[in-house]
Amino acid sequence: MAGHTRGSGRPNQWLRNLNAKFASVPMILTAVVIFLGGTIWTVVYSFTNSKLLPRLSFVGLDQYERLWAAPRWLMSVQNLVIYGFFSLVFSLVIGFVLAALMDQKIRFENTFRTIMLYPFALSFIVTGLVWQWLLNPEFGIQSVVRSLGWTSFAFDPLYNSNIVIYGILIAALWQGTGLVMCLMLAGLRGIDEDIWKATRVDGIPMWKTYLLVIIPMMRGVFITTLVIIASGIVKVYDLVVAQTSGGPGIASEVPAKYVYDYMFQAQNLGQGFAASTMMLVTVAIIIVPWAYLEFGGGRKRA
Amino acid sequence: MNLRSFAAALAVTVALPLGAASAADLEVTHWWTSGGEAAAVAELAKAFDATGNHWVDGAIAGAGSTARPIMVSRITGGDPMAATQFNHGRQAEELVEAGLMRDLTDVATREKWKDIIKPASLLDSCTIDGKIYCAPVNIHSWQWLWLSNAAFKQAGVDVPKNWDEFVAAAPALEKAGIVPLAVGGQAWQAAGAFDVLMVAIAGKDTFQKVFGDKDEEVAAGPEIAKVFKAADDARRMSKGTNVQDWNQATNMVITGKAGGQIMGDWAQGEFQLAGQKAGTDYTCLPGLGVNEVISTGGDAFYFPLLKDEEKSKAQEVLASTLLNPATQVAFNLKKGSLPVRGDVDLTAANDCMKKGLDILAKGNVIQGTDQLLSADSQKQKEDLFSEFFANASMTPEDAQKRFTDIIASAE
Repeated sequence: MAGHTRGSGRPNQWLRNLNAKFASVPMILTAVVIFLGGTIWTVVYSFTNSKLLPRLSFVGLDQYERLWAAPRWLMSVQNLVIYGFFSLVFSLVIGFVLAALMDQKIRFENTFRTIMLYPFALSFIVTGLVWQWLLNPEFGIQSVVRSLGWTSFAFDPLYNSNIVIYGILIAALWQGTGLVMCLMLAGLRGIDEDIWKATRVDGIPMWKTYLLVIIPMMRGVFITTLVIIASGIVKVYDLVVAQTSGGPGIASEVPAKYVYDYMFQAQNLGQGFAASTMMLVTVAIIIVPWAYLEFGGGRKRA
Repeated sequence: MNLRSFAAALAVTVALPLGAASAADLEVTHWWTSGGEAAAVAELAKAFDATGNHWVDGAIAGAGSTARPIMVSRITGGDPMAATQFNHGRQAEELVEAGLMRDLTDVATREKWKDIIKPASLLDSCTIDGKIYCAPVNIHSWQWLWLSNAAFKQAGVDVPKNWDEFVAAAPALEKAGIVPLAVGGQAWQAAGAFDVLMVAIAGKDTFQKVFGDKDEEVAAGPEIAKVFKAADDARRMSKGTNVQDWNQATNMVITGKAGGQIMGDWAQGEFQLAGQKAGTDYTCLPGLGVNEVISTGGDAFYFPLLKDEEKSKAQEVLASTLLNPATQVAFNLKKGSLPVRGDVDLTAANDCMKKGLDILAKGNVIQGTDQLLSADSQKQKEDLFSEFFANASMTPEDAQKRFTDIIASAE
């Protein structure tokens, strides 16, 4: 059967759906020229000593050696790992729990959903500023609690080098979990009502149903969410700029900020390109095996 | 006197015919946004508008580190403004080399900039391959310690006369709940404070050897070790500042919440705006009261190459307006900086500015670090010192080692 369809369809494959193919030409061009072209250009120039303006004088791996010797870059990478891990775990867990609670046919569900999703409508800059004030020891949470009588209360994560990255994490979770919740809720609504009935008939407790039946069925939603969260983690920049601008000292620096600062403030394009190439490599290391399993494996399975 | 009236007459003759012939709107970008700075830039706009042209203000909020990338990408991206502020020195070097900036040599020779601009190093920083590319507007020096008289009175100690006395007075200030030394969180402030400590403690020659000749042996040597010891003191004294912007830190000194601040003379505009008087409300110590030397960096205007002929003509008018004696006085009094020409009348200047003019007249000057180091090295230095000031566990010895590496790789 399959062989038959392929045999008769092959000669016309390229001519089928011509309109659609024609319409997608601009997007294909954009992807190839701008994304791929820009990426290759950046990687090539990361091996040069370009300063303010790009210049093709190659210096080998010098930029990378300097990058990996720079304490600020190492601190940025370490921060990204901490921030990425906790942000991934917490936004998935909190998002899913909120969605599960929301799915219990509660009253005013629309209202709650709006409230939860509201922070997502704010840009990272606004979120960052709001939390900068909330976490400021002189105006924010600390001063409110102290004015209530607990005078020794101390909560100033943004001014403590050791925990500043968690202060940023709080703001990121506040902003992002609403979206995760909505995605999860959509996934939960997609589960057939009959599944629930069947598990109830079998007497399986609710938490076990969620864990062993529902979550595996929501694989697609989880993967979408994962990609959205992960891309948000790698590019985190404006939140840090608004909350701490990398401080105290260099304690809350992130890779994207290193790239920007060295490209534009230090007028050293080569160094900035080297750092952004490293970011690309990191993403590729995560994405490529996953994409291979997801799509490459998928075709074989079908 | 003679020269002054001659220069004024010259400025008028140039400004008038051109201004009458073509009136153009020029967009001027700069990062002068704090209270004192905004008042000063309004003087420039007023003077330029008086020539019949129109100053379109393009202020970019945030420090120069925020503004410069925007300016550079507008120029390289083909959307140049008519004129833009940079710190003269090496920040715009590559833009000039790429032919994106306008050559001002004609205006400069016509108006004899070579004779009127003092010290000559200012114009040298604008000169690349014998051509002049920028119009310096002021001299800013970093080497000042600003002290709040009220804070010391509250702590019950005399206002210090030099850095050592200040360090000695720190415990008393702390006891009174006052932060001894305000250092804002932005990285350039910590790096700048270190440069000031260096010239005050190690002296002019060492400063020149390290930043001018990039001599790594001197950078690793005992003189600089002393500077790092002093920076260690400064780090201890700055604990608890918790503000970001320099003018917020200056405000702590104005309100007596902090004992002092190491900051350039642009801080003076803030004291003036707050209605404080030098000598009675605040005290200024050039060179930290140890080594009375000031650096002669500062601001300059660069003029991107424009296609529009009328605007190009108006650029020349603007360049000569900026150096006009009357504009120089009005602008610099508000800004708290020193004028770039020695022939203007500054009787209205306050005590601190007079101290600065005095040092300038004696010739106790050094080049600013912006003139000596590339933006890249400056940034690495900023990274190092912002970490050093925020992280008490980093020893002065480690910091010096990293500092030496930066100097060794500087070009």
